[in-house]
Amino acid sequence: MPALDDYAPIVGTAVLDDLRLLADRLRGRVVQFVNSTAVGGGVAEILNRMVPLLRDLGVDARWDVIKGGDRFFNVTKKIHNALHGKVEEFGEEDVEAFMETSRRNIAELETYGDVVFIHDPQPIALVEKKAHDRWIWRCHVDVSAPDRRVWEFLEGFITRYDAAVFSAPSFSQRLPIRQFLVAPSIDPLSDKNRDLPQETVDAILARLGVPTDKPLITQISRFDRLKDPVGVIEAYRRVKKYIDCRLLLAGGTAADDPEGIEVFAEVKARAAEDPDIIILLMPHDDLAVNAIQRASTIILQKSLKEGFGLTVSEALWKGKPVVASHVGGIPLQIKHKYSGLLCHSVDGAAFLIKQLLNSPSYAKRLGENGREQVRNNFLLTRHLKDYLLLFLSLFHRGDMVYL
Amino acid sequence: MEQAGAAREPFRFSTRLSLSELTGLRAATVGELLALVREVPGSCIYHHTHRFLQQHQYLSPEPPNDFSYWVTEVLGDKDLGERLASIDVMQFATIRALRDGIAATIERYIAENPLVKMKLAPGNSEFHFVKSVSFIIPTGLVARDLGEFAEALGRATIESIYYHVFEARLRLERGDNDFSNWIEDSVGDAALARSISRLDPYTYTMEDLRRTIIRLVERRTEVPRAGAR
Repeated sequence: MPALDDYAPIVGTAVLDDLRLLADRLRGRVVQFVNSTAVGGGVAEILNRMVPLLRDLGVDARWDVIKGGDRFFNVTKKIHNALHGKVEEFGEEDVEAFMETSRRNIAELETYGDVVFIHDPQPIALVEKKAHDRWIWRCHVDVSAPDRRVWEFLEGFITRYDAAVFSAPSFSQRLPIRQFLVAPSIDPLSDKNRDLPQETVDAILARLGVPTDKPLITQISRFDRLKDPVGVIEAYRRVKKYIDCRLLLAGGTAADDPEGIEVFAEVKARAAEDPDIIILLMPHDDLAVNAIQRASTIILQKSLKEGFGLTVSEALWKGKPVVASHVGGIPLQIKHKYSGLLCHSVDGAAFLIKQLLNSPSYAKRLGENGREQVRNNFLLTRHLKDYLLLFLSLFHRGDMVYL
Repeated sequence: MEQAGAAREPFRFSTRLSLSELTGLRAATVGELLALVREVPGSCIYHHTHRFLQQHQYLSPEPPNDFSYWVTEVLGDKDLGERLASIDVMQFATIRALRDGIAATIERYIAENPLVKMKLAPGNSEFHFVKSVSFIIPTGLVARDLGEFAEALGRATIESIYYHVFEARLRLERGDNDFSNWIEDSVGDAALARSISRLDPYTYTMEDLRRTIIRLVERRTEVPRAGAR
């Protein structure tokens, strides 16, 4: 696993020096992270990188995981969907199942941190244990239009924290506690994002059966209606009338997700006999995603709804021009016409793709700006800086803090 | 022998790192934007007029502030967008005055174009007010004369230069940037101090600003040195 100094060639030593200055101010304090799983899922992935790097900086960071059975996690799945705005049955039984497991975790899990950093709704009730320590609730979910009933249930816990953290301004709520904006990040040294030699890219594309003799337009996403793969095919067809190009739709779908399998079949049917539409149902393979993004001419993310949409930052980091929908956290990553292009419809996406294919120097400039945008704002080191500042903000009031 | 440009008091470089705090306040129309511009904390006005300097300073041309960007790209009003973009921040000595300037620009435009109030941002595209919380930390970098100052400026982080030039003048209301204040008060070189004050830092990228100030200082000390890092 890369150490902090390994990031110096990418972000510069000055950025790492700043992190060390901040970490020095946290000496002697324990930061305890708590979430619901040690492996799998985006939160565990972030904490697996974040905790060792904080320790590398000299911060006493530790990580604990709550326990729960199927009944509990079925309820928290409902909560997750409801926060995304999906209408869910959330009755007394669900509340009881949630509270029963929460009570057990409250009794069994020791909270010893000077800062207790709780991630997502599953461990939220641990705040019952709050004493003189500082507590933060980190919400990784898009709560811009939550089911009010579920939100109000959670709000009873959230307001007992010292601060809440959201990933995008549109996710913030009217709350009586401080709320901070901390966007997620990508790790430039991970398999999904590290530099790859051209021969590796070529070999992976050959293995996947993706020719590179025509401009390649790519969307990498699960086969999910909210990612609008059918809309992507429609946009490609409008472009193809004028410019010879190829479309690649690559992503996975869980075997136990009947809707995903249905969407995949629909996409296959819509692609029909066009040999220039390639549909790849891929298992989890970070290196393949990396190579595909690097081999693409344009990357699309034409989602109808999106949490943060970090695939956009992944594409921008590879210097690629991106056309993406104005949803979720995507507008934070792309400033229209500066670091990429934002669309609102199939026609809009098609027009912008044509514009980029016909203006390679414009496309190149957007890609270069996009890479710098990610370097400044969406790399793991910025995420670390925000967390360090967040911890410090709990011990200092005001908008100007002299450390 | 005393060094050229020796100072009575050394210049101590600090750096500034910032965290964004959410307010939950949002505007979907120009009218709502105007009402909130008048009442949000000064740290919000500062955030939305200075964020681009650090986050997008490599872009050319740069969108100068969030208000202008939102009005142009989301509401589609290029005229008001241009007026907000061309507000000369250097004309304002305090955030309060800058806030009044922004509010007056929007107010005047609404009076001239009452229909603009009908424009509604599509869902998920409202203007969300965010404020900057700044953390100021001494870096340990110290300059005792102009030669050391030029050398230190070459090594300081962009955040450090940002703090001494932008934050010190407007947010901390020190009247001028910290570099000019030190050069005038401690080094006693009023002409050099004035030449740095005369720069409009909002029209430079941070690296260009660094190089320009170093060049001005070196011209006075005539100590040639390699370019900034």
